[in-house]
Amino acid sequence: MPYFIDRRLNPKGKSLANRQRFLRRARTQIREAVQKSLKDSAVADISKERKIKISSKGTREPRFRLDPKTAGERDFVLPGNRDFTPGDEIKKPKSGDGGGHGKDAADYAEGEDDFEFVMSQDEVLDIFFEDLELPNLVRTTLKETPNTVWKRAGITTAGSPTQINLVRTMRNAQGRRLALKRPSLRDIKALEDELDRLEREDPQSEETRAKIVTLKENLARANAKRKWVGFIDPIDVRYNSYTEQPVPTSQAVMFCLMDVSGSMGEREKDLAKRFYMLLHLFLRRRYDRVDIVFIRHTHDAQEVDEQEFFYSRQSGGTIVSTALDKMLEIQRERYTTSDWNIYAAQASDGYTQSGDARRCVEMLNADIMPLCQYYAYIEILDEREMEVFASEDSGAELWRAYRTVAELWPNFATKRISKPADIFPVFRELFKKAESTG
Amino acid sequence: MPNLLFTEAEWDFAALDRTYKAIEEIALGDLKLDVYPNQVEVISSEQMLDAYSSLGMPLMYNHWSFGKLFAREDTLYRAGYTALAYEIVINSSPCISYLLEENTMTMQALVMAHAAFGHNHFFKNNYLFRQWTNAEGILDYLAFAKRYIAACEERHGREEVEAVLDAAHALMDQGVFRYRRPPKPSKERVLEKRRRRAEYEEEAYNELWRTLPAGIEPPATPPTPDDDDGFGGDMKLPEENLLYFLEKHSPTLKAWQRETLRIVRNLAQYFYPQRQTKVMNEGCATFVHHAIMNMMYDRGLITEGSLLEFLHSHTSVVFQPEFSDKRYSGINPYALGFAMMTDIRRIAEAPTAEDRDWFPQLAGSGDWVGALKDAWANYRDESFIEQFLSPKLMRDFRLFALFDKADDEAYTVSAIHNEGGYRKVRSLLARQYDAGASDPNIQVVGANLKGDRKLFLEHHMHRGVPLHHATKDLVLTHIEHLWGHEVAFEEVAD
Repeated sequence: MPYFIDRRLNPKGKSLANRQRFLRRARTQIREAVQKSLKDSAVADISKERKIKISSKGTREPRFRLDPKTAGERDFVLPGNRDFTPGDEIKKPKSGDGGGHGKDAADYAEGEDDFEFVMSQDEVLDIFFEDLELPNLVRTTLKETPNTVWKRAGITTAGSPTQINLVRTMRNAQGRRLALKRPSLRDIKALEDELDRLEREDPQSEETRAKIVTLKENLARANAKRKWVGFIDPIDVRYNSYTEQPVPTSQAVMFCLMDVSGSMGEREKDLAKRFYMLLHLFLRRRYDRVDIVFIRHTHDAQEVDEQEFFYSRQSGGTIVSTALDKMLEIQRERYTTSDWNIYAAQASDGYTQSGDARRCVEMLNADIMPLCQYYAYIEILDEREMEVFASEDSGAELWRAYRTVAELWPNFATKRISKPADIFPVFRELFKKAESTG
Repeated sequence: MPNLLFTEAEWDFAALDRTYKAIEEIALGDLKLDVYPNQVEVISSEQMLDAYSSLGMPLMYNHWSFGKLFAREDTLYRAGYTALAYEIVINSSPCISYLLEENTMTMQALVMAHAAFGHNHFFKNNYLFRQWTNAEGILDYLAFAKRYIAACEERHGREEVEAVLDAAHALMDQGVFRYRRPPKPSKERVLEKRRRRAEYEEEAYNELWRTLPAGIEPPATPPTPDDDDGFGGDMKLPEENLLYFLEKHSPTLKAWQRETLRIVRNLAQYFYPQRQTKVMNEGCATFVHHAIMNMMYDRGLITEGSLLEFLHSHTSVVFQPEFSDKRYSGINPYALGFAMMTDIRRIAEAPTAEDRDWFPQLAGSGDWVGALKDAWANYRDESFIEQFLSPKLMRDFRLFALFDKADDEAYTVSAIHNEGGYRKVRSLLARQYDAGASDPNIQVVGANLKGDRKLFLEHHMHRGVPLHHATKDLVLTHIEHLWGHEVAFEEVAD
């Protein structure tokens, strides 16, 4: 008798343990590959699974094998002879053993071969974020002890007397009283009055006496019924129910500040956008809730939606401090520091009205930096400028001004980028482990 | 027709059961097969990938290389480069075969005939499997291996265990007894007992270390009742089974490391017959499913549509591209095995004059069932080809032999499928399937246990073919890890 067994419902992922071992084993290669892959691909694609190609170094499985190509001799048999006769010679293919032994050739090339496989989004991101940590995460309200709040969760039949729901209880009681026809006080009073009136009648007729007897019986019955159909019965009682629910204890707001004046072209905006997206992705993984506020500025700052922020153009001068003003204003209105972690990311091409840089520095030092978890400033240059400003110390007015802020505040970072490939390294450096930034 | 077992492509368990019984009747009645009890399991494609990556076994200890294999198969499968396996069948008693849930009913019938009867018969009857594997014990043993390795990881750390397994895997091809019979994989109970004793010894041994005053060496061999445990003992040199040698004689391995080597060695030994009988095993299964499906059609048990569907997948399985074809990746064992077995039937039933010359005993005997059963039971690929490859088949496959010398610019055609070449082509092809000849011949020739503890290995080159250099060095590092001291390696010309 055969046994048919349906295994389809057995737990899946039997080889998960092996996969984890493999990922750990090839950690170095995978990290390199993931970083390279992230560097080259659009930021929006970060939340997708991706094909990763790693060198087989570290995951080699060597075996002793023969190498007939270097020395010695051998015979082998092949199918599909067309017109060869004994003694014929067949030229050996130049590289690789193509003469029907393609498989061997691949095996022999070990050490060079790459290994390609698909990594899930989570696996990629875990590696991506592995040794990152948001700086200065020591927040008073947050993180380690998740806050909870009591929330209503309907009505129950059991609870403590303090939680009794009077309306519900009384409504139930009344319904029950009606259903069971509990005599009201008024009914009793009416019976008593009637009894009283009849008893006072003089002379009492036969009929009246009979009535009195009936009335007395009715009255007794009504009083008894009032006793056993209580005004409030335990089955009427309802309590308000509450459950403890975690509240998003860690929430962050991310201010995106950008100069949208004419000097910021398509390319600059694109770079800035990638930077914001990366930061956003990162915050989203760390915090339960992340708000984004887009503030664009020319000589005047406005809060706009994302579409406007990236795609609409405005002409005008450049006054950076207006954006900082706007940010402070919004923060005061909507994002109190006790509830929100505040992050700011500013992108600019480095130009501002002369004298404005000094005001920015004052604002940052006095008002903004004390509020912020982190403030990142990226200056987008073109490649040529990048070479000119090879040194950290040289640069436009805003850059030099911000450098002084960076010296005072460890959680203030400034970076220059010029091409998409720069973004990732910048990002890594901005969010290196807390120790290195303070 | 009232006889039909199924008419729909969709399968259900009732249809599987009916079909299984019909197949069984033909397999046992007409083909006179002799099989282990069957256990047929329906699995999903993901589970099939799982099974792939644990060497086709239903359970296996954890190791990163299986994860790597899974990742590779998964990627190829998703990209559509490979289809999933035709079937997976395990040499165990009961014999477990997997059916993929996506298969049509016809495919399920085909797979049951192929795996549950074809492979199953071969496993049960072929002399290599009978002698060298223990079908009843393998699942228990794997369960033990899995538990044992997991316990070692817990106790000694994952990295330690991984290092030993890596090294052992590298030596798997050198971890088999080719000529002398290996000790049977013992039942779990025996091994548990042995493990406990080994653990006790390990602890006692450590105690001894600590209590000895400085400068005094511990005894070279711990007192063990039999030389099966612990290192030392009598070395039988030369030794071709490197894993066995290291397990028994390595001066540095701890008891659990020896047990780990033993597990890998037992697995290697378990799989060794499969490596030597690829053509026969697949040939047998393919021949059996072909015969059964055709008989089912002849008896009106399956529809014409099913027969055509079956033939379609059958022909793609036994397709043999020519050597110059882009799809060529060696001789297809399904094609060669199936062709040879069909040929045996032809020779038995309708021989030509040529067949009478070449196979006087077999030709015209009519008893193809007996002839095939005898071949399945008593041959392996090498001897099977040497014995049964007929000139007609060599012509059909248009086989020819090449001679290759490393320094030459060109290969020389040494023989083709003609009167003068039949015997040579056949011998060379048979040789190609001799696992003993295609694996490098590496032996332990000496070990200096008293002095510097150097281990001496030799590769006896066959026809001057050396080892691949880079991989050799990598494997040697693994051997050094297991031996714990220097390892000398020499390539010796024959």
